[in-house]
Amino acid sequence: MNMNIEIIAFGIAKDILKGKSVQLDLPAGETVSGVKKRLITEFPDFQSLASLQLAVNAEYVDDSYVLNENDEVVLIPPVSGG
Amino acid sequence: MKKIYITSDKLDSLACTDAVTHEGAGGIVVFVGTVRNATKGKTVLHLDFEAYEKMALKEMQKIADQAIERWSLYDMVIHHRTGKVAIGEEAVVIACSSAHRKEAFQACEFAIDTLKETVPIWKKEIFEDGEIWVSAHP
Repeated sequence: MNMNIEIIAFGIAKDILKGKSVQLDLPAGETVSGVKKRLITEFPDFQSLASLQLAVNAEYVDDSYVLNENDEVVLIPPVSGG
Repeated sequence: MKKIYITSDKLDSLACTDAVTHEGAGGIVVFVGTVRNATKGKTVLHLDFEAYEKMALKEMQKIADQAIERWSLYDMVIHHRTGKVAIGEEAVVIACSSAHRKEAFQACEFAIDTLKETVPIWKKEIFEDGEIWVSAHP
């Protein structure tokens, strides 16, 4: 069964998506690594960034994290606060 | 005053300093990050900050908790501005107090260095002929 997950974007990720978020139809059990690969395939400009991380429910997660349907998933391009 | 705070209003570094005062403190160190008028020789008109606020507040709180624990601080305040910030204005304020100055200096440096690495806030430089998200590309 597939799950539909909204990926929210900030900073330059918003420019690359040309919007505040993108809906992805993902296979159940999809990992963060899989989502990153999918995003780079659909939006090749992500490859040019210094880094690309995902946050789930407002915490950094690593590439092996398995996504759930109700997760709040946010794209974190290189941060530059301060 | 909120110790960990993100706002689109002007920051107040003096109020942040007051907020960490403590009778046991022998020193207060305050870092104020201000908006510079140029980057690599190119004139900057202003900055625009964006935050994933919910997570940024959590990450800022982690930094303060770690610093307080590691350097036995009396207190630490971290305030960050969002939205359009003019040249010379305060973009970030970090204040902390400790019994002796060395701990406060080290904790304050740790806090700003870590903030720049982990807190999901993004800075865009606005030039006369365009704009750029800082640090986005290698």
